[in-house]
Amino acid sequence: MHFEYTVQAGDFSNAGFASSQIKKVLKQLNVDTSVIKRVVVALYEAEVNIVAHAYEGIIYADIDDQKIVTRLIDKGPGIPDINQAMQEGFSTASPQVREMGFGAGMGLPNIKKNADNLQVTSKVGVGTEVKITVFFAA
Amino acid sequence: MLDDEVEYAFASDLMSDVLTLKTENMLLVTGLGNIQTIRTAEMSDINKILFVRRKKVTEEMKELAEDNDMLLIECNYSMFRTVGILYQAGLNPIY
Repeated sequence: MHFEYTVQAGDFSNAGFASSQIKKVLKQLNVDTSVIKRVVVALYEAEVNIVAHAYEGIIYADIDDQKIVTRLIDKGPGIPDINQAMQEGFSTASPQVREMGFGAGMGLPNIKKNADNLQVTSKVGVGTEVKITVFFAA
Repeated sequence: MLDDEVEYAFASDLMSDVLTLKTENMLLVTGLGNIQTIRTAEMSDINKILFVRRKKVTEEMKELAEDNDMLLIECNYSMFRTVGILYQAGLNPIY
């Protein structure tokens, strides 16, 4: 199964819509609830990252009987130092993002904790791609 | 849902902290009154949220909460006072 969602920068009202849709699909597929939670928490953090940092983005989700692979591709400023961005506590978030309850430098580390595989590639001035894989079987 | 028993509570205004929790059957106590509070609860399988410091639930928040069968409570007390009462009443901390 393949799904696509567009994400707009600064659109905090709709941040989480894609994650919510994916959660519904995984529920219908009877995926284990603890696995669903890992998927949607990681995806939601990544979705918020696009809203908070990029200009626009697309989320692609591919689901088969063993796993879900989500790719979040944004046009944005990019991440100059990915290792630094992966460190807990490091954040470049705006005051507006912090008002929404985010921006404490926990997003990427938490995505990593919940994902079975996380790949982050970025080009400064172009954008960032985050690929999150979660397997359904323990 | 008003008859549900809740075992644990977590108090935070930082949704990223809430998103690190694995606990089920918990109450979220927060002073963050916006749509992302509801979204965070949705992703975290939390269905009870207590808003402190006179934070008001907006229509948008209410709609999303209804879609997810959530219980929302508004409270005029400070976070400190609220969690003190709940702790005394026997709600457990997560860590």
